[in-house]
Amino acid sequence: MSYRPRPPGRRVSIVYRGGNTAESAPTRAGATLLGMTTTDTHCPYCSLQCGMRLRATDTGAAPVEVLERPEFPVNLGALCGKGRTAPAVLRPGVRLTGPLVRDAPGGELRPASWDEALDRTAAGLSAARDGHGRDAVGVFGGGGLTNEKAYLLGKFARVVLGTANIDYNGRFCMSSAAAAHRRAFGLDRGLPFPLADVARTGCVILVGANPAETMPPALRYFRELRENGGRLIVVDPRRTRTAELADLHLQPLPGGDLALALGLLHLVVADGHLDEDFIARRTTGFEAARAAAMAHWPERVERLTGVPAAQLAAAVEMFTGAPEGMVLTARGPEQHSKGTDTVGAWIDLCLATGRSGRPLSGYGCLTGQGNGQGGREHGQKADQLPGYRSIEDPAARAHVASVWGVDPERLPGPGLSAYELLDRLGRPDGVRALLVMGSNPVVSAPRAAHVTERLGALDFLAVADLVLSETARLADVVLPSAQWAEETGTLTNLEGRVILRRRAVDPPPGVRDDLAVLHGLAGRLGVPKGFPVDPEEVFEELRRASAGGPADYSGISYARIGAEDGVFWPCPEESHPGTPRMFLDRFATPDGRARFAAVAHRPAAEEPDADFPLFLTTGRVVGQYQSGAQTRRVEELAEAAPGPFVELHPALAGRLGVAEGQLLAVSSRRGRAVAPARVTDTIRPDTVFMPFHWGGEGRVNSVTNPALDPVSGMPEFKVCAVRVERAAATEAAR
Amino acid sequence: MSGRAPAGGAVAVVGAGMAAARFAERYQALGGRGEVTLYGAEPAAPYNRVLLTDVLTGRYGAAALTLPYGSAVVRTGREVTAVDPTARVLRLADGTSAAYDELVLATGAEPVLPPVRGLRGPGGALREGVHVFRTLADCRRLAVAAAAAERAVVVGGGVLGVSAARALTVPGGGGAARRPDRLPVEIVERAPLLAGRHLDGPAAALLRQGLGALGVAVSVGSRARALPGTGPVTGVELASGRVLDADLVVLACGVRPRTGLARAAGLPVRAGVVVDDALACAPGVHAIGDCAEHRGTAYGTALTAWDQADVLAARLSGADPGAVYRGSRPPARLTAGPLEYAAFGETGEGGEADPGLDVLRLADATRGAYRKLVLRGDRLVGGILLGDPAAACALSRAYERDEPLPADPLSLLITRGASR
Repeated sequence: MSYRPRPPGRRVSIVYRGGNTAESAPTRAGATLLGMTTTDTHCPYCSLQCGMRLRATDTGAAPVEVLERPEFPVNLGALCGKGRTAPAVLRPGVRLTGPLVRDAPGGELRPASWDEALDRTAAGLSAARDGHGRDAVGVFGGGGLTNEKAYLLGKFARVVLGTANIDYNGRFCMSSAAAAHRRAFGLDRGLPFPLADVARTGCVILVGANPAETMPPALRYFRELRENGGRLIVVDPRRTRTAELADLHLQPLPGGDLALALGLLHLVVADGHLDEDFIARRTTGFEAARAAAMAHWPERVERLTGVPAAQLAAAVEMFTGAPEGMVLTARGPEQHSKGTDTVGAWIDLCLATGRSGRPLSGYGCLTGQGNGQGGREHGQKADQLPGYRSIEDPAARAHVASVWGVDPERLPGPGLSAYELLDRLGRPDGVRALLVMGSNPVVSAPRAAHVTERLGALDFLAVADLVLSETARLADVVLPSAQWAEETGTLTNLEGRVILRRRAVDPPPGVRDDLAVLHGLAGRLGVPKGFPVDPEEVFEELRRASAGGPADYSGISYARIGAEDGVFWPCPEESHPGTPRMFLDRFATPDGRARFAAVAHRPAAEEPDADFPLFLTTGRVVGQYQSGAQTRRVEELAEAAPGPFVELHPALAGRLGVAEGQLLAVSSRRGRAVAPARVTDTIRPDTVFMPFHWGGEGRVNSVTNPALDPVSGMPEFKVCAVRVERAAATEAAR
Repeated sequence: MSGRAPAGGAVAVVGAGMAAARFAERYQALGGRGEVTLYGAEPAAPYNRVLLTDVLTGRYGAAALTLPYGSAVVRTGREVTAVDPTARVLRLADGTSAAYDELVLATGAEPVLPPVRGLRGPGGALREGVHVFRTLADCRRLAVAAAAAERAVVVGGGVLGVSAARALTVPGGGGAARRPDRLPVEIVERAPLLAGRHLDGPAAALLRQGLGALGVAVSVGSRARALPGTGPVTGVELASGRVLDADLVVLACGVRPRTGLARAAGLPVRAGVVVDDALACAPGVHAIGDCAEHRGTAYGTALTAWDQADVLAARLSGADPGAVYRGSRPPARLTAGPLEYAAFGETGEGGEADPGLDVLRLADATRGAYRKLVLRGDRLVGGILLGDPAAACALSRAYERDEPLPADPLSLLITRGASR
């Protein structure tokens, strides 16, 4: 199959095999350079959304080549291996090239026409609705979907299906930081400043973040920070490549981040580093936060975290010794049953020291997925409507309902959070028919064997994805989605910068954009209008739906994004410049003041004991992305990171009598995973680490604990109690 | 249960100190629905007693010590004079009484006064210039006295005595009138070693050396016999007959569980109020913290008090009605400015005769550092880490959790803890 590059700037009609006709958006910012047709767009992977330039080619194995796009401000041309090799997933042998259906449970998936696939999907969804009620139909979205798709998916769930039960894998990503952000600041945007500000501040505390592996192009800002004389403190149970760059590395027990933050705040009080003026003018609730910190004196924190009191003092001296400072968290402190409180404690540290609401200072979250930020703003989260509106707020419901042309009374209320939704699949009180779009929960959900079993208990499962993921393999209908290079749409990166992904090539004939899928399904389910296939048309509606909401996109247009290298929300007017830096004058709370969280340490949902004596923590490697559905299919990445492993300290390896490369079984109360040992002294002796990018026997999420944060619904991926033993060679992970 | 009681009943806590505050805070956080009342004899709301020596040095303002206590009602200055476990009623000094459904004794501990003649004046109170150091009020009085004193003697060379002595020497320490100079201080300790409950000879000698560098003199093997004269104190007479001049005397001879109320109520009392693994001493009566004795041990440390408070809060809130307390093994810690140690388990000289024990030592007299580990097989049974307690962190955790040690235990002596 060959792909034909499209000339830029022209609107073309695409005739799908199924017979539906859809219009694509014009390619913008395309250019003809030395006879080459290029398109300026962004990487398909993480929340940095690095700028890249694609050149269509007829000669390579993939239909596009990746070129540098040095003028895009976030990455300035730099790309990691994942981004550089992304075109490999566009190859026909790797991806899905046409719909698949399964005729009977236990049968094989077979190719089908789009009409058959969409008919089957519409029938499966309506059968569950008719038989068990609207909430028996569920939608599970993804943080990689464009804003347009996320928006339309939420609208599809509420307007077409009428179900409350829509959530997405972003719940597993930054939901704790989002909840803490809103509690403290009245608004949730990953970073309240452009990433480049990191290089110019005085001190950064990076908590449970490993950008050296998860977003390598961001690392330049941390390097520049140090070259500029700033200091870097890294908090991580492992001495990661990022920690190697730090001036100070604090290595707490998994689950110790909350106590650690409170211990630092305690020393801020003790050693006279409070910014009393800032506290008085810009915040509320300090007294309770101070009392909470007084309950976390250094020796107690040392016992709770395993971090020596002297290192706590050194960290406070470093952080408060600089005129400005930032605290940035990632999944490390967030993926806990106390994730929201943990982030709250780190925010309290910023507020107490006046490191917030000022230039070059503040708290931020390094969002994970490509559109983790935008994906949560426009309605694919169970409790939210577009514009980051609450689904329980009558005024928000009225506004969105008017944009959608429906009665506000007809909009469902809040539904189940991601794990709760998955846990109840196929049960009397749960979802019976599920549409998954852009997510692979068989690999990425906690207690994954159980989740897999629940997916199997559904009456009907449809999965829209780029590749035949582990989740798609279970589906009754598989809908092949267009990929990043083949679609146009906006994403919102970790800075709150809305950027535009642009179509460089057409998808293969058997593949459709998810917007066309929603259009086709909505029509079949009796809603022929309101689900346009043109992304810009969807975005124009999204602008109106977000107008007046916390994440206000109404002043943003495709044209502005192209002209301005992205626009930072909130941007309520076309004449508004956007908001690169937030909270400089006031916080987004009703009284304009930031709110201290005043939280206390509590143990993990499961602490080690005699039967399961070790901590397990999970994370990522540089060569893979999320559930690995894309990156495991790229040879260069698969060679660099071929499979899961169990990282453990030499002292522990000695006790277990295990050498490098020997197979280990890691077991918890929920299941076990088998993978080879990787022995290194960069990890605590009481902790083992496994990356989560793989399915099969090496799937660490068979072991993880689905204990949920009571506020955010975040599962406890980052800590559970395990036993580690030698495994027989026959148990080799695939 | 009476109709007026809230869903979780009335939970009366006698005491408003650290254990009480922790219990109340956790009880609410864990979803307890009862109405918790803390009856405190002290006038202050719950505060962090652990930090008092650094109030004396001026590091903390007194207001900064406030601890959270959830949604409990705190009745300060309301001393409980009697409890009736059968009727489930307690009586207050003001003559009123209050019914309860669950009673938590968290009465804490009180300073032990040494057998020294002349401690008290004619009215029975401590003489002018003689101080104990247990409460925030004690701390305030001591700070004022220290600002004006010429020479101080601390009776008792344990953790409290050492940290009080060091705090008194901090120039410009907290007090109504801050003194610019350094107050001369001497510690008088009856035993042959400073902090002999935790330290061995070499470690105690290094600690003494460190105190000397701060201007604190130390007399070990010296028993204070009397405070001569009447009226304001002028000195301390030792058993040897020598008299140390002092216009400020601090008594730091340990504490004992405060058990009078329990004893009068007929509850089981030995060194402390005797509790089982459910932290109960009678139906509907519990005891936690410094006043409690569990499996023969009255711990008297804040960390164990909080361990116990956490368990009892889990039980009484309903979050985990089956939670049990099986004892704690926290390290003993001294944190007194530059003087620091951590010690745990069996560390004395006596055990070294035991052929089953391995003793590893590292001493650096120049830098005032000393590390000693006592092992039985691959298990740590004790340790002293003085001077650089960063390493204590991982080791005391291994001791608390009874974790096996690596095959080359010498490496433990040079570790700096889990960080570079």
